[in-house]
Amino acid sequence: MDLHELEAIGEREQAQRTRLRILCCAAAGCQASGALELKRRLETVLTAAGKLADIDVTPVGCMGLCGHGPLVRLEPSGEMFERVTPADAEEIVAALEGRPCTVTRCDRQHPFFARQFPIVLRHCGQINPERIEDYIAVGGYRTLYHVIHEMTPTEVIAAITRSGLRGRGGAGYPTGLKWATVAKSPGERKFVVCNADEGDPGAFMDRSILESDPHLVLEGMAIAAYAVGAEQGFIYVRGEYPLAIERLQKAIVQARRFGLLGAQIFESGFNFRIDIRVGAGAFVCGEETALIASIEGRRGQPRPRPPYPAESGLWGMPTLINNVETFANVTAIIEHGPEWFSSIGSNRSKGTKVFALTGKVRNTGLIEVPMGITLREIVEEIGGGTPDGTPVKAVQTGGPSGGCIPASLFDTPVDYESLAAVGSIMGSGGMVVMDEHTNMVDVARFYMEFCKDESCGKCIPCRVGTVQLFNMLTKLRNRQAHARDLDKIEELCDLMRETSLCGLGQSAPNPVLSTLHYFRHEYEELIGAEGDHGS
Amino acid sequence: MAAKTLTIDGHLVSARPGETLLAAIRDAGITIPTLCHLDGLSEVGACRLCLVEIEGQRRLQPACMTMVSEGMVVHTNTPRLQSYRRQIIELLFAERNHVCAVCVASGNCELQRLAGMVGMDHVRYEYLSPNYPVDISHPRFGIDHNRCVLCTRCVRACDEIEGVHTWDVAGRGVNAHVITDLNQPWGTSTTCTSCGKCQLACPTGAIFPRGVTVGERPHASERIALIVEARKQRW
Amino acid sequence: MTTSALQTDVDRDARAASDNRRKILEATMKRFQYQGDALIEVLHKAQELYGFLSPELLSDVAQRLRLPPSRVYGVATFYHFFSLAPQGEHTCTVCLGTACYVRGAALLLRELEELSGVKAGHTSADGRFSLLTARCLGACGLAPAAVLDGEVVGHADRSDLAARIRNLLGREE
Repeated sequence: MDLHELEAIGEREQAQRTRLRILCCAAAGCQASGALELKRRLETVLTAAGKLADIDVTPVGCMGLCGHGPLVRLEPSGEMFERVTPADAEEIVAALEGRPCTVTRCDRQHPFFARQFPIVLRHCGQINPERIEDYIAVGGYRTLYHVIHEMTPTEVIAAITRSGLRGRGGAGYPTGLKWATVAKSPGERKFVVCNADEGDPGAFMDRSILESDPHLVLEGMAIAAYAVGAEQGFIYVRGEYPLAIERLQKAIVQARRFGLLGAQIFESGFNFRIDIRVGAGAFVCGEETALIASIEGRRGQPRPRPPYPAESGLWGMPTLINNVETFANVTAIIEHGPEWFSSIGSNRSKGTKVFALTGKVRNTGLIEVPMGITLREIVEEIGGGTPDGTPVKAVQTGGPSGGCIPASLFDTPVDYESLAAVGSIMGSGGMVVMDEHTNMVDVARFYMEFCKDESCGKCIPCRVGTVQLFNMLTKLRNRQAHARDLDKIEELCDLMRETSLCGLGQSAPNPVLSTLHYFRHEYEELIGAEGDHGS
Repeated sequence: MAAKTLTIDGHLVSARPGETLLAAIRDAGITIPTLCHLDGLSEVGACRLCLVEIEGQRRLQPACMTMVSEGMVVHTNTPRLQSYRRQIIELLFAERNHVCAVCVASGNCELQRLAGMVGMDHVRYEYLSPNYPVDISHPRFGIDHNRCVLCTRCVRACDEIEGVHTWDVAGRGVNAHVITDLNQPWGTSTTCTSCGKCQLACPTGAIFPRGVTVGERPHASERIALIVEARKQRW
Repeated sequence: MTTSALQTDVDRDARAASDNRRKILEATMKRFQYQGDALIEVLHKAQELYGFLSPELLSDVAQRLRLPPSRVYGVATFYHFFSLAPQGEHTCTVCLGTACYVRGAALLLRELEELSGVKAGHTSADGRFSLLTARCLGACGLAPAAVLDGEVVGHADRSDLAARIRNLLGREE
């Protein structure tokens, strides 16, 4: 494969694009809403009308508004329909031909679409994720060619550093710095690992990216491998995501066949192969040292850092671990330049962030917004508030490691520092909206139950602390707690935060501490006269 | 390489490069509590008792797994650390059934000694009182899971010194427990060589020689380091 | 054909199937060059083939990958995905992720427990039905979500799901 061939494929595909097309969302969310049946029905209707030769029905990735699925979009008109049932197939075909159609149209001017800024999700819902040609048609793999033939590894790292990109997995470590460390760490072999162990309950950004645009992640990983000097990559995917795994497998096979992965990529001296490792249901494996243990076939237990994986990771070799969304940002940064990227977002948090907006909110789904947008804009404008108009009480970000931010702080801009300042974290992008009917002690208890079940059991503060906290919160909920138990809860939270071995234990108290801080009255209401039963 | 100079609790101390902070602290004559550490075995940094404050570092660091570096300023015994250590021991006592009055290791038990050392005189947390079995299927040794603190010293001694890896940890979180082979009665293990190093390494009365009664189990964990030394020297 | 001849046929079929599964598993291990690092991948395959990980299977894997049995058992029990006991003929997995929780998944689970008489994480005594929970299926946009025999059910309605399970188990109202 050379640039010529790549461009020829792109042009051939583009020529096809002038035809009428029906894009049918086939991501996991819409599949569960019956999207595949709809697609079959559309094909049947077109066949019956003798039009299947002129009109393509293309399965595409996530279009974002998952709660209103299955979604269908028409090309080239761009019209979009929601909650389309198989029975609507005839009408969709009618709409394509400009005849009247009663299926509900999505309002593309609605803030849900208008306020978004797609970089990572720019191809989602536009291309068929199971065809590499579709990806090449939108410019895919050209950045990799450019990088291999026209840039030195140092220049690539400098570009990533200048862009200000920070890890999208939660902690926000500067990506360029990580790449530079791996590049300069000595080791006979180096590895690039994509962390797709998206474990936060209430988050599905990485799943959607992998299901909708797998090649974008593969290309990002290949560029990273070129920059740090790695020849082997792994994608560690949750076992709960069979569709993402299937599409990744297909994508890797196709890329290898096209000579875009494997030996002598683009006829250069650069070799890079990618293997998939399927997780087996352990949240802690999102922690990078636990993830390494898991890829090595061991119990997913973290170890103290330093040494960091960038110096000593897989099999003791320098290992670059980035999250799916981080890799998905790479091609755009190289293509448009670091200055373009750093002009988006806020002062210290550059670019965009993908969020999974869920819970008690009208428009649930996947969104990509510039950093620095306020929580209010996300929840009220994009999300459209609660479905039944009940006032929003709080939004939870960062999953079991994050916190609940009350509605009174909704003018907080979404960036790493601001969210940390209000007692939560950016996290990987889960955003769960809670209304007045949600009891915050219950929420804290829910997360603590999660952490208790997911604690690996290695260090004492997390192993026993999570159970003790869960029991105390249960006691509280059953109105069997004393006022002094709140002090005990806070003391134990402090112990876990300061002494636990890994991020899971250190951040497990966050949901409790943030709800105690902002909604203390809900805790205190549960300590009544009845509270003395326990003694 | 040149020796490293560091300050531990206000004293200037010199240490060999590549040495752990724990070794340097001990060389300086300072005692800090440890549990999962055992001389002669690899480090896991799991018990969190040897955490120390290092100036300029935001997080507390386990002395057993931190390497000394030039100019390090370390505090090993601040009120904050004392409080954390006491809480950790409390959590351990609440986790399983540590009843010294009926334990073979009473008087020779590291957990008991640690409780005294950190001044833990009562447990404020709810006792979880799990119902763990006692396995006496092995002809020479027994294991009482009620007294296990999951330090994994038996696992490491068996793997790193005896080299058979009969022990491992199964399950996770508070349900984690040590096992022999496929979680089968110890006496039926096909890998165990009955060498007894797990019993030497055990800090509590969890693994014990059969036939001993309350307070009779001697504590001989230091023999693990001697065995390691013997292996190296090939006497 | 006599009953005993029929029985022999059944046995032979069962043996052939088990040999076939054994071959596939062996091929998987070979693909990873029998390296201990591949333990989790091999256990995935073994569970896919056999439905669960029996002690014999674990012991076999340990031997082929030259790993201590306790390490294999330790890994198999660390990860939620691996099951050491057979699953029911039908399974229903209720997602207990945050979005589903906020939208009433706990209530849904409780009703299914009552309906099936099976506690979450367990299999009915007759081996017909397992009720399981998941941390998050990533189908948060469709909360509450469940998986019934491999099919994702979004916006799971309690009475609808209950009816489908009753139907699966051949029970009348």
